[in-house]
Amino acid sequence: MSDQAYNFAYLDEGTKRMIRRAILKGIAVPGYQVPFASREMPMPYGWGTGGVQVTAAVLTPGDVLKVIDQGADDTTNAVSIRKFFQRTAGVATTERTNEATMIQTRHRIPETPLTGDQILVYQVPIPEPMRFLEPRETETRRIHALADYGLMQVRLYEDIARHGEIATSYAYPVEVAGRYVMDPSPIPKFDNPKLDDCPAIQLFGAGREQRIYALPPYTHVRSLDFEDHPFTASKADHACAICGSGTSYLDEVITDDAGGRMFVCSDTDYCAQNAKGGA
Amino acid sequence: MYVAVKGGERAIDAAHAWLDRSRRGPVDQPVLDTAQIRDQMGLAVTRVMAEGSLYDPDLAALAIKQACGDLIEAIFLIRAYRTTLPRFGASIPIDTAAMRLKRRVSATFKDAPGGQILGPTFDYTHRLLDFRLMADGELPTEPLAEGGETESAATPHVLSFLNRDGLIEDAAPDETPPADLTREPMELPADRTLRLQALARGDEGFLLGLAYSTQRGYARNHAFVGELRIGMVAVEMDIPELGFAIEIGEIEVTECETVNQFKGSRSEPAQFTRGYGLTFGQTERKALAMALVDRALRWEELGEEDQGAPAQDQEFVLSHCDNIQATGFLEHIKLPHYVDFQAELELVRRLRAGLSDQDEDAA
Repeated sequence: MSDQAYNFAYLDEGTKRMIRRAILKGIAVPGYQVPFASREMPMPYGWGTGGVQVTAAVLTPGDVLKVIDQGADDTTNAVSIRKFFQRTAGVATTERTNEATMIQTRHRIPETPLTGDQILVYQVPIPEPMRFLEPRETETRRIHALADYGLMQVRLYEDIARHGEIATSYAYPVEVAGRYVMDPSPIPKFDNPKLDDCPAIQLFGAGREQRIYALPPYTHVRSLDFEDHPFTASKADHACAICGSGTSYLDEVITDDAGGRMFVCSDTDYCAQNAKGGA
Repeated sequence: MYVAVKGGERAIDAAHAWLDRSRRGPVDQPVLDTAQIRDQMGLAVTRVMAEGSLYDPDLAALAIKQACGDLIEAIFLIRAYRTTLPRFGASIPIDTAAMRLKRRVSATFKDAPGGQILGPTFDYTHRLLDFRLMADGELPTEPLAEGGETESAATPHVLSFLNRDGLIEDAAPDETPPADLTREPMELPADRTLRLQALARGDEGFLLGLAYSTQRGYARNHAFVGELRIGMVAVEMDIPELGFAIEIGEIEVTECETVNQFKGSRSEPAQFTRGYGLTFGQTERKALAMALVDRALRWEELGEEDQGAPAQDQEFVLSHCDNIQATGFLEHIKLPHYVDFQAELELVRRLRAGLSDQDEDAA
């Protein structure tokens, strides 16, 4: 049932057109952050307003929507965003990755490989990969324009010099199609390889920061590294306590006050299917 | 066996029901009417209108009630509603010289044409809790003084008298249509019209702190309140079918013009300069702060020195003055971050393990 007081998927058509233009520009220039006139949404900045606006702009009545947060369909904010689109767009929803045509996500890429019929929308808090090296927007835009990424290389090198490895475990920076350095949103670096050569369209929306960027299907996405210190995707060295998967990304759960803990899949759909023996 | 935590949906519904109940309070008390909030909590209402960028006292009162008195939450409700409204067009600039004044003070001249009107101000109240207000809400017995609001006869701005002698920088009208902060992404560096738009909807507390920092020497600009006026102004709009502008309503605004000392630079003669603040409703703390910050941000065009002060740094000020953006990003750290935290845990454990390996090697 959809809410008649608002347009399909909440945003008015003029706003959707503005956002679609930004998305198309983003797809035309992979990894480039396109400024867009982000609107105030009925959920707070930081809750995924960028992702919600992108989803609202590309959603059609025939879509089947899946919303995940931390890999799970039933985390509170995923529930809230799914409800928002059920109410304002009346679209079908699912928890199954392979049944969804659109997936909005926060902090994870599903374990189940995506297909060319799917769009993955990321919620992005800080779109600028250089932000914590250079806080000024005026300066970072210059850095991207000139592909002057030396600052980032130095930072990665200093990590290795200090810690013996690159000490970034999530929001690990990538180079897109040999040109722009991009922040893949705070996904664990375990997920970075899934960005590369992905058949699905990947869209990134940062509402508060007013930026949209995109990865067209089959884009080459390289996690930044050095020849002698190659990138490695890592996860906790355990198997899932529920489904037994040894290859999926794990959440650590504290089970008692005596140091007891267990590891379970962060991707709840993958875990359930795998436990049934169907994944 | 461990079962993954489910039930986010039920938890959300239950939380909302609890919120509704706690908003209502004990049912043996009468429910708070939005008209009471609108008329008896007027300064809260005008703050919500100013920072919500929507002039509608009834909706602001509703938002305050719905937000249980949390003004930033109320401002957010108004912003979220505002963004869904259609746009018919832009009004012609309001004429604040034609304001029907309820308050007008100048700190630079003892008297000026039009006089000074204190109006309904806290300025000279003694801040002693008035327990009579707790006992009852009766009107004071003192009769209202003669005068009250002025009629709409134009009261010239105090700064225009200085301007006549060329002692203050000229503020020539600029007919360029201003950019719209709510329809286009903010581009930096921003011109003054865009900066003023951002400051007008910026957080009162943030601007207060910044303005105060300039007074304490972080880019001090020696502000005098040339004039502070509060009152009603007409909003007029050009109607294409008619070919002229008609009045479509009236709004209350607070306008503050500061006179700032300026010694002159290589490019500018010695003269006074201006800072400007304009906000919805009776919001004079905000208007004053806005004027000081506006002036501080003008250092470059006036050929002043960059002292590296926060109030001079437009990217710093404009990127952080919006309380809806700020509170959203601040509060989002309450949301689940299991995945990134897990990634960090694993990294820290690995780095520590590497360190103990090295210790063993050394031993």
